[in-house]
Amino acid sequence: MKILVPVKRVLDYNVKPRVKADGTGVDLANVKMSMNPFDEIAVEEAIRLKEKGAATEIVAVSVGPAKAQETLRTALAMGADRAIHVQTDDEVEPLAVAKILKAIADEETPGLVILGKQAIDDDSNQTGQMLAALLNWGQGTFASKVEVDGSSVNVTREVDGGLETVKLSTPAIVTTDLRLNEPRYATLPNIMKAKSKPLAAKTPGDYGVDTAPRLTITNVVEPAKRSAGIKVGSVDELIAKIKETGVIA
Amino acid sequence: MSVALVLVEHEGGAIKDATLSAVTAASQLGEVHALVAGQGVGAVADAAAKIAGVTKVHVADDAAYGHNLAENVAPVAAAIVKDHCDYLVAPATTTGKNIAPRVAALLDVMQVSDILSVEGPDTFTRPIYAGNAIATVKSSDAKKVLTVRGTAFAKAPAEGGSGSVEAWSGGGDAGLSSFVGAEIAASERPELTSAKIIVSGGRALGSSEEFHRLIDPLADRLGAGVGASRAAVDAGYAPNDYQVGQTGKIVAPELYVAIGISGAIQHLAGMKDSKTIVAINKDEDAPIFQVADIGLVGDLFKLVPELTEKL
Ligand SMILES: Cc1cc2nc3c(=O)[nH]c(=O)nc-3n(C[C@H](O)[C@H](O)[C@H](O)COP(=O)(O)OP(=O)(O)OC[C@H]3O[C@@H](n4cnc5c(N)ncnc54)[C@H](O)[C@@H]3O)c2cc1C
Repeated sequence: MKILVPVKRVLDYNVKPRVKADGTGVDLANVKMSMNPFDEIAVEEAIRLKEKGAATEIVAVSVGPAKAQETLRTALAMGADRAIHVQTDDEVEPLAVAKILKAIADEETPGLVILGKQAIDDDSNQTGQMLAALLNWGQGTFASKVEVDGSSVNVTREVDGGLETVKLSTPAIVTTDLRLNEPRYATLPNIMKAKSKPLAAKTPGDYGVDTAPRLTITNVVEPAKRSAGIKVGSVDELIAKIKETGVIA
Repeated sequence: MSVALVLVEHEGGAIKDATLSAVTAASQLGEVHALVAGQGVGAVADAAAKIAGVTKVHVADDAAYGHNLAENVAPVAAAIVKDHCDYLVAPATTTGKNIAPRVAALLDVMQVSDILSVEGPDTFTRPIYAGNAIATVKSSDAKKVLTVRGTAFAKAPAEGGSGSVEAWSGGGDAGLSSFVGAEIAASERPELTSAKIIVSGGRALGSSEEFHRLIDPLADRLGAGVGASRAAVDAGYAPNDYQVGQTGKIVAPELYVAIGISGAIQHLAGMKDSKTIVAINKDEDAPIFQVADIGLVGDLFKLVPELTEKL
């Protein structure tokens, strides 16, 4: 079974985003960019399935600018076998990404596509579900456990009330939650080896996908700031201050 | 007039509060219809028809819809929106987030996730970058699919409406997925997303035993829901449904008490709209103090029992 793993290059999760003064977005000039953390978990899960013998090949895909190749090289260094880079400098919305991924899935016929549940930049949480709809496949979203069993996969999902398990016939879509696994670091020898792994260069046009955005961002602002609070010196003072708010009597 | 279809989230025969917030958002867009999908959901449909503002309820009652499987429910929502509505409005819960994008793709629509406000018929605000920025987004799609952040919209009154109820038939089991089982935590405590007071514990608690020994009695004393940071959940001190943050639950209680939580941006994303934030942390420079209204610097293992005792 082949596994397709889409990965996105985003602002590193340790960097505090700064809103641009002109309201056009978040400043990404000269800041650290990394693989979306949920996608790292997706790559890791694919590698573990391969190590267990449940998968034979891992193909990483990224839709994005030239620099997205760095993200693909990270996936290759972690253990993906080859990569497809769909290059574009435009912002590509989840719907268009899902359409490109559908075209790739049609060509590659993977048994599973494992995606991050959301990207930490636009926090949309859509691409996996959209891809599942376009392919008419089952979807196991927000996964904390994935068990491949012949022609089906059991996915344990993190839901608001606790955990839920669904059984999907393959091919299927899985989106990762934080507790699915802890991604490995790429070792130096593997980073070197990754440089010679195959990376195919494509464009959205190669897949016949129109990436024109459906949404226009008209303004981006900082959220309202909380006014600075006070520090108290004792539990008694704390209780008195909480009582002043009227929440407790 | 435009029509907005609200995806009703229900469990054990009761409509979840997040649905009521979605109804409020929908009512700012036009006439409100509701979709109740499930098995044996006649009573839920009747309850949905009573929500103030709901004029019509579509009921899809079939075993195939019994466990909210997106593969089976999304085509129903897509068919109804296609024929009758201009919007699909779903609560931004794990159920809504699972189903709505599938509907959007079936309709060839780019979803607007987690809206904070309705600025116009096609314009909404939404958080990006863990809430460190708020974007105003305008949609050019003819039909629109939205998920709604519960804390950003008041709950519509559960009584006062007199909508009609109409059975929907068609669809059924797509044959792609089936429900295996669930481990749903039963708790006497208030649900996090609707709790008036929340007490949350972080990594500093050190173990599941200490988490329960210190956090639970304080929560009980305050009648509070219990939350946790990701670090506390990852370490197994608390179950996953306790997690507050960018990728956990978004909460905005009247009082949020953060105990031994540093205040990473991903945690703040889930609680910084709380009315009053209290933080107890031994590090006076912990980022949590930048958002806390009332801070107490010191050792939680000494301060929390004292606080519980004196309340
Ligand atoms: C993609 C992604 C998504 C994430 N999503 C979330 C999310 O949804 N929610 C979330 O919470 N996190 C999330 N995180 C994790 C987040 O970045 C932090 O790692 C996490 O919130 C830290 O948890 P903590 O504050 O409990 O632990 P720490 O950061 O380790 O803080 C522990 C705090 O306890 C204090 N302390 C220690 N001992 C004592 C004592 N005896 N008395 C008093 N204080 C003490 C310390 O001073 C410190 O401030 C996410 C991270 C990533 C990468």
